[in-house]
Amino acid sequence: MQMQEDLQNYNFPDHKGHFGPYGGVFVPETLIHALEDLRDNYEKLKNTPSFMEEFHDDLKHFVGRPSPVYYAKRLSEMLGGAQIWLKREDLNHTGAHKVNNTVGQALLARHMGKKRIIAETGAGQHGVASATVAARYGMECVVYMGSEDIKRQASNVYRMRLLGAEVVPVESGSKTLKDALNEAMRDWVTNVENTFYIIGTVAGPHPYPMIVRDFNSVVGEELKTQMPQLIGRQPDAVIACVGGGSNALGVFYPYIKDEGVRLIGVEAGGSGIDTGKHAAPLASGTPGVLHGNRTYLMQDPNGQIIETHSISAGLDYPGVGPEHSWLKDIGRAEYVSANDDEALEAFHKLTKIEGIMPALETAHAVAHAMKIAPDMSSDQVLLVNLSGRGDKDMATVATASNIGL
Amino acid sequence: MSRIKKKFEDLSQNNRRALIPFITAGDPNLEVTLKLMSALVDSGSDIIELGIPFSDPIADGPTIQRASERALAGETSLSNVLDLVKTFRETDRETPVVLMGYANPIEALGVDAFVARAAEVGVDGVLVVDYPPEESSALNLALKENQIDSIFLLAPTTLEARITDVAALATGYVYYVSLKGVTGAGHLDIEDVSKRVEQIKKHVKVPVGVGFGIRDGETARAVAQVSDAVVIGSRLVEEIEQSEAENIIKNVEGFIRSIRKAIDQV
Ligand SMILES: Cc1ncc(COP(=O)(O)O)c(C=O)c1O
Repeated sequence: MQMQEDLQNYNFPDHKGHFGPYGGVFVPETLIHALEDLRDNYEKLKNTPSFMEEFHDDLKHFVGRPSPVYYAKRLSEMLGGAQIWLKREDLNHTGAHKVNNTVGQALLARHMGKKRIIAETGAGQHGVASATVAARYGMECVVYMGSEDIKRQASNVYRMRLLGAEVVPVESGSKTLKDALNEAMRDWVTNVENTFYIIGTVAGPHPYPMIVRDFNSVVGEELKTQMPQLIGRQPDAVIACVGGGSNALGVFYPYIKDEGVRLIGVEAGGSGIDTGKHAAPLASGTPGVLHGNRTYLMQDPNGQIIETHSISAGLDYPGVGPEHSWLKDIGRAEYVSANDDEALEAFHKLTKIEGIMPALETAHAVAHAMKIAPDMSSDQVLLVNLSGRGDKDMATVATASNIGL
Repeated sequence: MSRIKKKFEDLSQNNRRALIPFITAGDPNLEVTLKLMSALVDSGSDIIELGIPFSDPIADGPTIQRASERALAGETSLSNVLDLVKTFRETDRETPVVLMGYANPIEALGVDAFVARAAEVGVDGVLVVDYPPEESSALNLALKENQIDSIFLLAPTTLEARITDVAALATGYVYYVSLKGVTGAGHLDIEDVSKRVEQIKKHVKVPVGVGFGIRDGETARAVAQVSDAVVIGSRLVEEIEQSEAENIIKNVEGFIRSIRKAIDQV
């Protein structure tokens, strides 16, 4: 079969940053040189043993890697089907997978002599992870955040400020993640000489989708040795939520050539795909160009980006990393969605039954596992990437339950 | 000969520089934009850059972002912009019109369909801000086949080797972005611009226009001294934004006349 052969040679992006028709470098001329510089430095450093040692040393001692894998036995038994196992990225320092990438990019910034870092954030997890590494490495840090998200993730805003970062509210457009990204790009165009832009997901222009994927792949690499030790084999399926898609690619990428492992990405279904109020470009969008790359987008027939909706700020994004678009088209990964209500229900279930409170983003992946597990047999294993913890979402969950805090 | 080429030849015979205003189509609405286009010509503009509104304009500062938002509030689409050029051409067959925008609305319409329609309505040049040469071969080919000029940006960060690459593709004119920043920023360094334009002219055969950061007669004159064309955008859009509806045309004409006068002192 053609596809199987192709998968064994899977090697993307190509040298121009393309994943099939997706990805690329769709940026104003001012940024071209900075992106080429970043690409060249990354190519050099990733093959420099001392750099990679520094990265893994910080992942071990600063982040707390490797993260454990936990068998959610009570939840699995309650559902009465497949076994549900959790990769505990919520136990990382700062509480999510995002820090794997920020440690890597901050080290890149340091090696490139940039003293100022900027970042965009939705849920605030990437902002917190960026502010944390900025403190760790003694760098100035500016975080752009939509004013709508500042409201729903107030505790993370305070955390960033405690860490010494400046949080800049973004008032344009829908005042959420996409607008924060626009504003961070504008800052970068202006301060490109002394500033390193730490993009928080596998989106943006080449080489970012590749760099963010590579740094997050530590998650999947760990799983590939952990799972055989725990269950004697690899899982039947790996499930992750997809906003931009960094935690998902972190677990998918090392498994791409293991065709026995199903890869399932869960987008934010919001109020339901048929209502149009969601953030699921892979489920219902069309290809286009946004934020430096070609990918599936939520857009109107005139090519204007439309407002998205999700209860989780970190999934509330109209695009998705270009490699996911490619994995969808070649059929290697499946993409589904979970609605706000389903995510909330999964949040409560996992909290009450396992004593693990997931981030609302993560709860979308848990919801899908809960949906499919009952129809599977008890010797099948679903591995859910538990991308982050839910402390930041207390206010949103309380409001959804009509409780004032 | 293309309208843009002819315009620059006429100007250079008279030893004059081109004045290229930028306005966003549909700001505040399409009827006013049509009137503004004629007013721009009447008050001394040589080429009109017409912005295609987009929801996520990453290279634009707050002023042009708001112009895009106003145009989109009126649901201005790329098709509307093309129709606008068609109507403009019914009364003006000479003034070159350059469409400037972002990739996504063009891809949504389809690159070939867009170019075919642009040629039909009388568009003279196209500049897509987030289509650097490495991502725009399909568009460039279609433009070439339809004799529409491909306008490219060059930036302060563009290396010399890359200027040569762009020179091989550029037709009409090239647009030098005078500063590291978004549209509407205000820290223009004339000496720096002058050196860079000189360097660009070593490689580029078409005229060199300079834009970003030009706010008044003084900066316009200084830029005119070292380039072939002065592009003025945010400051003009501000004039539109801040004028009472009934004064927009009058104020824009007054502003453009003052810039024209300053440029012609060169
Ligand atoms: C815990 C958690 N999971 C997932 C995401 C979504 O991002 P991505 O799709 O890049 O993993 C976020 C983003 O803020 C997050 O905080």
